Amino acid sequence: MIEIAWSNFTPWSALAGGILVGIAAASFLLLNGRIAGISGILGGLLSPAKGDIAWRVAFLAGLIGAPAVWVLATELPPIEIEAGYPALIVAGLLVGIGTRYGSGCTSGHGVCGLSRLSLRSLAVTMSFMAAGFVTVYVIRHLMGV
Amino acid sequence: MKFSLASLFAGLVFGMGLIVSGMANPEKVLGFLDIAGLWDPSLAFVMGGAIMVGVVAFAVARKRTLSFLGFHMKMPTSAHIDKRLVLGGLMFGVGWGIAGFCPGPGLVALGAGETKAAVFVAAMVAGMGIFEVIERNRAKV
Repeated sequence: MIEIAWSNFTPWSALAGGILVGIAAASFLLLNGRIAGISGILGGLLSPAKGDIAWRVAFLAGLIGAPAVWVLATELPPIEIEAGYPALIVAGLLVGIGTRYGSGCTSGHGVCGLSRLSLRSLAVTMSFMAAGFVTVYVIRHLMGV
Repeated sequence: MKFSLASLFAGLVFGMGLIVSGMANPEKVLGFLDIAGLWDPSLAFVMGGAIMVGVVAFAVARKRTLSFLGFHMKMPTSAHIDKRLVLGGLMFGVGWGIAGFCPGPGLVALGAGETKAAVFVAAMVAGMGIFEVIERNRAKV
């Protein structure tokens, strides 16, 4: 039986943030004609083609700069990173390699791909969701970390 | 220039959305992935909200050959699902479950000045580099 963590569950801010993410993906799509896939935008910088660098850097600068803009208005919500350094390195390597072989991550497949009803994106999204659920189950409930 | 400015805007709004939604916090993401513990369904609402807007945007985009700024619509053409794609997704999911970071939130947390996020992002970029090296060598054979 699934037990909901009612004290942590934030449906309204989650929905509002999700709508903002949707607006970001929609503006990127409708203004530039591209899919807002973060792993692809970042990964493309590693085999750069001429004229294909500035916009990638600009998108990533917006993303990385968001907290700096945020603090002009109000305090940042907490960012709790429980994983230790070795775990973060393993996780980063897996996310880096996996998103490139999988041709996308939560943004490109999860948000954009599902929005355009792509079966391919659904297959990848189900793969990383399932792997995420199993991994957390193993770490928290079998290994007891 | 227009293209880069629109990219900057989209990246910024995307980052804001991740902060508002709580998804820049890996503990919150792990709360969603931990269905056997006390489950926090918030992430599903983030995806739902984003997809609600996305469905409309893609319906509009489908009817156009040029974007509103006059650029060619570059839509994914591949519908091919193979082992490599699914294995990539699974690998990504394992990494996501270990740290609670996917690429977007990792970059936002880096921007918030979190050292641990910087380490995650560095490893992620290294992982993408490993992919490039493997693929370039494969292409040579």
